[in-house]
Amino acid sequence: MNDAQAKLTVRGLKVFFGQFLALRGVTMDIAANEVLGIIGPAGSSKTTFLRALNRLNELTPGTRVEGTVLLDGEDIYHPACDPVMLRKRAGMLFALPVPLPMSIYDNIVYGVRLCGVRTRARLDELVEQSLKAAFLWDEVKDRLRTSALRLSGGQQQRLCLARVLAMEPELILLDEPCSGLDPISTARIEEALTALKARYTIILVTNNTKQAARVADRTAFFLMGELIEYGPTNQLFTTPHDSRTDDYVTGRFG
Amino acid sequence: MRLPAKHTQRLAVLILGGATALTLCVLLFIIFVVLKTGLPVVNLHFLLDNPRDMGRAGGIFPTFVGTFLLPLVAIAFALPLGVGTAVYLTEYTRETRITHIIRFGTDCLAGIPSIIFGLFGFIFFVVSLGMGWSLLSGGLTLAIMVLPTIIRTSEEAIRAVPYAYREVSFALGATRWETVLKVVLPNALPGIVTGVMLSIGRSIGETAAVIFTAGSSLRLPRSVFDSVRTMAVHFYILAREGISNENAYGTAAVLVITVLLVNMATYWLMHTFIARRAR
Repeated sequence: MNDAQAKLTVRGLKVFFGQFLALRGVTMDIAANEVLGIIGPAGSSKTTFLRALNRLNELTPGTRVEGTVLLDGEDIYHPACDPVMLRKRAGMLFALPVPLPMSIYDNIVYGVRLCGVRTRARLDELVEQSLKAAFLWDEVKDRLRTSALRLSGGQQQRLCLARVLAMEPELILLDEPCSGLDPISTARIEEALTALKARYTIILVTNNTKQAARVADRTAFFLMGELIEYGPTNQLFTTPHDSRTDDYVTGRFG
Repeated sequence: MRLPAKHTQRLAVLILGGATALTLCVLLFIIFVVLKTGLPVVNLHFLLDNPRDMGRAGGIFPTFVGTFLLPLVAIAFALPLGVGTAVYLTEYTRETRITHIIRFGTDCLAGIPSIIFGLFGFIFFVVSLGMGWSLLSGGLTLAIMVLPTIIRTSEEAIRAVPYAYREVSFALGATRWETVLKVVLPNALPGIVTGVMLSIGRSIGETAAVIFTAGSSLRLPRSVFDSVRTMAVHFYILAREGISNENAYGTAAVLVITVLLVNMATYWLMHTFIARRAR
């Protein structure tokens, strides 16, 4: 794949926390409308990589980044790039569902309102659209004005997904979104992701290798801050190039 | 010798329960004494009439008004200043030497006796700035006095807002200011209100700082540049100068009831606010 068609081009990306080198130079291309799975044992800097893509790492004091990340050819670490604008283009779903303590409706339009969308009709439309896309609409359509904190864990995570979708981002970054969910809720999230692939580029960090196998088009394997290898999911799971990948996907460690 | 765990447990419950009961008893006893001595002179005329003959006769209406206005002016200045400082210290700076110095400074401010604030307010607001004995001088002096309380409680309330909320807000493309305004402050509000309530309580009961800065006029104030007398000051003057013990205790009774009502109203406001948000 050449650079021209890549949605994201990552070259030599390093992230330091103080003196500690957390991400040791990652180079990869991510195509538009693909689901990229990222697997690897705990502490392999999968999340750090993800948070480097929407510049959320820099909220932690003492963080330093080297290398380049191009989103549609634009350097997101260029001084002229506004991280606030970047985060509107790259939505993120966290490991634990974090509904803000407000109504379901207000949660979903939180980001959109900040972008200046005020008309009631447009907001209503966005709420319905994104809740439907996150497969949550039927369960909550009659209580949009009630607190989002009253939803179950699985519903909360789908609400968070809907909240990201309402921003109409180009990129969706998912940080182990199902780690706290039961199998049924997980299945619903995965169902939503598969349906969303047509419109978004999705990067899914997961601790669950089976989930990567189910959802991802391509999968990358991270170990100790290094990208060991990445390729089509099938190939990575059946005939990996690196023996460490083989050990991990067959469950010999991790 | 070691007591069996069951007995130490019982003993602990007894001691802790006793401490709680004792605290409650002291509080109830004070309220009881003040009300018993003061209530006999309290009636509608006492509340709504102007005092006559230096307070020997008549009511306490102007001091009642002063007691409401003075804390109001104080909070109007202290709230934006205090919450602003707290937001700056928690959200906009990292822990550095400077923030430690600022925090140390506010803590020192909290430990200064109120009479010192009164003298400062007198020299600075009343004399140097030429505001005279007035609602404004008194309000500003009280504002400085309650500022550390408001900063500290607001800071703690802001810190208690889960970090994940901020992260979510940033990830949705909010700026730091938008995050403060839409997520941090609304969730810190109950804590901030608690600080305000404590501050109102302190302002209502304050005499030393008030008598030097707001004066002790018994007339109704027509602007912030007029002198006012609060109920606490009125009580102090009536008792100290032996003008009227009955009216002094009458004033004290009204003061105690006012403080109780203010507290109850604030709690009620806070609970309805929380209930509305969590609906």
